[in-house]
Amino acid sequence: MTSQRQVRLFWRPLAHVACALPLVYLILQLAEVAGLRLGPNPQLVIRDVLGEWGLRLLLGSLAMTPLRWLTGKPWPLQFRRLLGLWSFAYLALHFVTYFFLDRSLDLPVIIEDIAKRPYITIGFAAFLLMIPLAITSTAGWRRQLGARWLTLHKLVYVVAVLGCWHFYWLVKKDVREPLVYCAVLALLLGFRLWKARQRAR
Amino acid sequence: MLIRKPSDIKSSEITPERTYLNRRALLQAAGFAGAGTLLSDALAADDAIPAKYQRLAGVRKSPFSTTEAPNKFEEITGYNNFYEFGTGKDDPAAASGRFRPKPWKVKVDGEAEVTGTFDYDSIVKPHVLEERIYRFRCVEAWSMIVPWVGIPLGDVLKRYKPTSKARYVAFETVVRPEEMPGQKYPVLDWPYVEGLTMAEAMHPLTLLVVGVYGVELPNQNGAPLRLMVPWKYGFKSIKSIVRISFTEQQPPTTWNLAAPGEYGFYANVNPKVDHPRWSQASERRVSSGLGSLFAARQPTLPFNGYADQVASLYKGLDLVRNF
Repeated sequence: MTSQRQVRLFWRPLAHVACALPLVYLILQLAEVAGLRLGPNPQLVIRDVLGEWGLRLLLGSLAMTPLRWLTGKPWPLQFRRLLGLWSFAYLALHFVTYFFLDRSLDLPVIIEDIAKRPYITIGFAAFLLMIPLAITSTAGWRRQLGARWLTLHKLVYVVAVLGCWHFYWLVKKDVREPLVYCAVLALLLGFRLWKARQRAR
Repeated sequence: MLIRKPSDIKSSEITPERTYLNRRALLQAAGFAGAGTLLSDALAADDAIPAKYQRLAGVRKSPFSTTEAPNKFEEITGYNNFYEFGTGKDDPAAASGRFRPKPWKVKVDGEAEVTGTFDYDSIVKPHVLEERIYRFRCVEAWSMIVPWVGIPLGDVLKRYKPTSKARYVAFETVVRPEEMPGQKYPVLDWPYVEGLTMAEAMHPLTLLVVGVYGVELPNQNGAPLRLMVPWKYGFKSIKSIVRISFTEQQPPTTWNLAAPGEYGFYANVNPKVDHPRWSQASERRVSSGLGSLFAARQPTLPFNGYADQVASLYKGLDLVRNF
């Protein structure tokens, strides 16, 4: 039996550690510890790894509600915000990497990218939409916003769709990997539609 | 605003093709008495080159080489695209161990007097190898400096006596799914095919590559024979060539077939013509290590800095439409 206490004192700290692992690994690669390397194009590797983990954690966060329905247990909901905030952290770093390392803060070029490259436009839009969700993720904001909080946080579906679309669009030719993300997202959203229809009956 | 760097090859240093080829014949006849023309060991004797790669003998330096410092051997051989081995940048190095570049045969056909199947030695051995340190610009907006070893493609093609009908040269990559795991999935339509106009193929900068850093070409870089057309995006420089055809019509090219709106037949490096999904105005010179982490991109040069030598090939051609 998984008690609330066990989740709070053991499983959630463990989840924090797990979420931090890709970032720690990236830092070890960057520092070239124990023969780890980032290769000859570090800016792009860092940018891409951060983006991929941000998207994975976002989908992980979206998997918690269906997981509660499937298991009938409340514990998955205790990981929803944790995963969402880690996702935001990775995507914020993804954005920072693009901004500072890839584009060296060259603002005219960045603005042109956002305006002219559709995959960057939607990726940037998704990131902006995540900011209010991260800010209002606290218990205080949730109480204050009441019913509107749930409506606001439905934006996460838009963010996830834009995020997967961004990944699909940027790939040069081999779309196998982004299609896996799209399929997982379709499954998670489809599950919600199915549940909503069941409730309506 | 694009800052144009002067090309490191002055027009005055470029020998007209005919004179150049005559000089080559002369040098060959003289049996290379001049030791000064041979490649010094400084570049070739990089300790980072694994011993399994055989050193190439009698490699001559070339005035066409850039003075920019070459990328490391491990960068050139560890970070590249070769979809036949997978679509990741480290896939070619990781998945090409089973590929067998020897023995090797190339079929020469089409509009030429001499056609047939020729083995590697019959293609390469009559020529003197040259080291050409070229800028390499990938269509994905990264670049390297690579010390290739090869032969001017035109010298090789002439021996097959193309007829007056030959207006293009088409190339084809080997298909061996058992040795090239990337070919098991149709991410591209195998075999990989590429093509050049006759004038591009005969241009003295166009190289038939057999090695890099003074050693034989590693599998992941297109062993045993590949093209290097330094003023075009990397995908034009087809690898592991098994067929050369002289054609009257413009031949199909793989990336153009895959995405006609994104990759054209010419694919000349052009900072003013963006890829539909990204800018081509700048490029990242790849470089490993913490020190390069904060390095800025650099501006991309028209024709990858070889405009003085090749721009005349495209006189009157709309380079925006013919991207």
